[in-house]
Amino acid sequence: MKAVGIILAGGKNERLGELTRSRATSALPVGGCYRAIDFPLSNMTNSGISKVAIITQYNSRSLHDHLSSPKWWDLGSKQGGMFIFSPYQSGEGPMWFRGTADCIYQNIAYLRRSNEPYVVISSGDCVYKMNYNDIIAYHDRKNADVTIAYRQVPDTDDIRQYGVMELDAYDRLTDLEEKPLEPQSDLASIGVYVISRPLLIELVETIVSEGRYDLVRDLFSRYRKRLRIYGYRYDGYWRNLGSIHSYFDCNMDFLRRDVRNNFITQHPYIKTKPKDEPPAKFNNMAHVTNCLVGSGTILNGSANRSVIFRGVFTGEHSSVNNAILLEGTHVGHNCVVEHAILDKGVIVHNDTRVIGTLEQPMVIVKGQELRP
Amino acid sequence: MRRKEMVAMLLAGGQGSRLGVLTSNKAKPAVPFGGKYRIIDFAMSNCVNSGIDTVGVLTQYQPLKLNKHIGIGVPWDLDRRTGGVAVLAPHMKTENGEWYTGTADAIYQNLDFIDQYHPEYVLVLGGDHIYKMNYADMLDFHKANNCDVSIAALTVPIEEASRFGVMNVHDDNRIYEFEEKPPNPKSNFINMGIYIFRWELLRDALERDNKIHPDSDFGKHVLPMMLNEGRRMFAYEFEGYWRDVGTIESYWLANMDLIQTVPDFNLYESFDKIYTYSDHQPPLFTGANTEVKASIISEGCEVLGKVYNSLLGPDVIVEEGAIVSDSILMEGCYVGKGTVIERCIIDTDTTIGDGAHLGVGENVSNVYNPKIYDTGITVIGEASTIPDKVRVGKNCVIFGKTEPSDYPDAALESGQSIVKKINANGVRA
Repeated sequence: MKAVGIILAGGKNERLGELTRSRATSALPVGGCYRAIDFPLSNMTNSGISKVAIITQYNSRSLHDHLSSPKWWDLGSKQGGMFIFSPYQSGEGPMWFRGTADCIYQNIAYLRRSNEPYVVISSGDCVYKMNYNDIIAYHDRKNADVTIAYRQVPDTDDIRQYGVMELDAYDRLTDLEEKPLEPQSDLASIGVYVISRPLLIELVETIVSEGRYDLVRDLFSRYRKRLRIYGYRYDGYWRNLGSIHSYFDCNMDFLRRDVRNNFITQHPYIKTKPKDEPPAKFNNMAHVTNCLVGSGTILNGSANRSVIFRGVFTGEHSSVNNAILLEGTHVGHNCVVEHAILDKGVIVHNDTRVIGTLEQPMVIVKGQELRP
Repeated sequence: MRRKEMVAMLLAGGQGSRLGVLTSNKAKPAVPFGGKYRIIDFAMSNCVNSGIDTVGVLTQYQPLKLNKHIGIGVPWDLDRRTGGVAVLAPHMKTENGEWYTGTADAIYQNLDFIDQYHPEYVLVLGGDHIYKMNYADMLDFHKANNCDVSIAALTVPIEEASRFGVMNVHDDNRIYEFEEKPPNPKSNFINMGIYIFRWELLRDALERDNKIHPDSDFGKHVLPMMLNEGRRMFAYEFEGYWRDVGTIESYWLANMDLIQTVPDFNLYESFDKIYTYSDHQPPLFTGANTEVKASIISEGCEVLGKVYNSLLGPDVIVEEGAIVSDSILMEGCYVGKGTVIERCIIDTDTTIGDGAHLGVGENVSNVYNPKIYDTGITVIGEASTIPDKVRVGKNCVIFGKTEPSDYPDAALESGQSIVKKINANGVRA
């Protein structure tokens, strides 16, 4: 194989509030049965990359739980396989990862002990489907040192939250600025990079020795004139789970047929850890329209325009509308749930109303019990 | 020395001929059940839920689907360094090779497999019943009574017992007589085909019986022989849901049991789960005009029409305006726009065109094979095609890719059949 993979899944995101209080953003549940990391991880194995490192730090327990066995992503092999790197103590003392370049530096042995010519780096909390062989072929064709995947950001999305790229007529990077106040283009990095393995080792060792730890700011942006850095245009579905809004919208996107076709129906599809739930059961009073429903769910009430994860229960005469019910939530009889995200294991007791607004969905914290 | 206390031997080689086209290209244990499962999943999951980690699965008839399903046992956590699952097919030996000619013969031909683990006990069971049972409890019973053999027994109403193998027992449940389908049963304990043996005794019995009966069978030969020799044989009473799904009707009824609001057989408990193989478990989707009531819908389905009192396997598509009721649709079926399906069993990967109507009209007896198909249910075999706008009656059988020209006046009357595929034995399914 031509490349090894690195998935950066250690970051912390304040804007997701309670949803990431006890989980990593890469462990956020998406689309009825997936976790965010399933997308880059499946992209890796679906592209034939058989050696993948996942770097975790913030709330790593939630991710380790999901990644308990590599076999669900076809990475349970003796050659290559899945490597999970978390901060650890050593003879040089305890050390947190100080940034995206530092976390690679601290696990540089992984890269040194590999033979593959390239490294594909992806963030762990973006929902997209990409065949990395295409970006590697482009990287070769351009004779690039680094290739950064980008997309054209539509007006409906605020580009100031991304790394904004300026490219010349040949798609070579001329400028890269993280979260600019005055963006100079509508092209944003999607957090997917290709770089040669020996070059990455060399660059990361250099910048970390200078006390610089960030992959984008201290490496790609700072070296943009010295290195041949190219942009690779990606036009497929892509979403970053950076805020409660984008999280909500990303889940609701799965109610669109084209999005389901992309991730669920068309081979190779996204893989996740199986849960051995029985099929979903619709009882006599159920009325469920425009919904995604996970297995193990028992439905007695009505639901519309909602994403219902695995093992959920809804009671009779209850109504769920424009909501996300995460795994194992329980909605009792005669309840109304509207414009809301119920985190895992939330219990809504009989006759309770949980109503947010279209602009601001209400988030109910993991395991909380709500009463009338 | 590697040693396992108890090894399970699961008999999964039977054809299940009374399931008609449903078993034309797969063994009965591989027939899908309850949406996402296959019949064998229940016995396999019971084994692992009982703490048994070494399971031999004996296959013979049409094993391809079963082999793929079991694989190395990942869904049941039976992918182990020592033990785990082994699929045991009939094989050549130095002198000759032969098929499994009876249930006990199948075990006899695999003595070496069992010997590898030096077990104290061997559990022998079938792979074609729907139930949950803890075999560890049965083993405790076996030890407590110092049994040589224990046999799981189901209590049935005495008037039904004459359809089964009956075990007559003393007050302490020690068996003194076996009767096969007795006209006037003395007991209502029926043999469920689940046995625990002390391995050294079974090994000896199998070797001796095989010399007399080359088609050695547990019910006919081995168990009566051991009883005659005065072995301590006890009936282990089982209370709970247990169904034989050997006929079209019993198969349909057992599936329908699952859609009750509170079913007798509950798959939704968080303990003693039933495990199955599937490569892909995405959520299902319901459309804007969908109505689904009293139904079980599996992963990856797209239901845009209406579904009542039915079970859908994984990745079934029900298009807009279609209505499915009282039916079982297995994995990968496609139901076209405006098509109506009533009381049908439709096997895997079947495509039904737009505006068709299946399962309508008079209840006329099936003329093709009334013994199997005279149930009021229309049965469609695997990977069949049914064209647009045809009308298919009750008690029909369709198997194969059918064209509009197969349907005079765009209809197949009740009781008629179209069977285009011939199964591997050269017999029309």
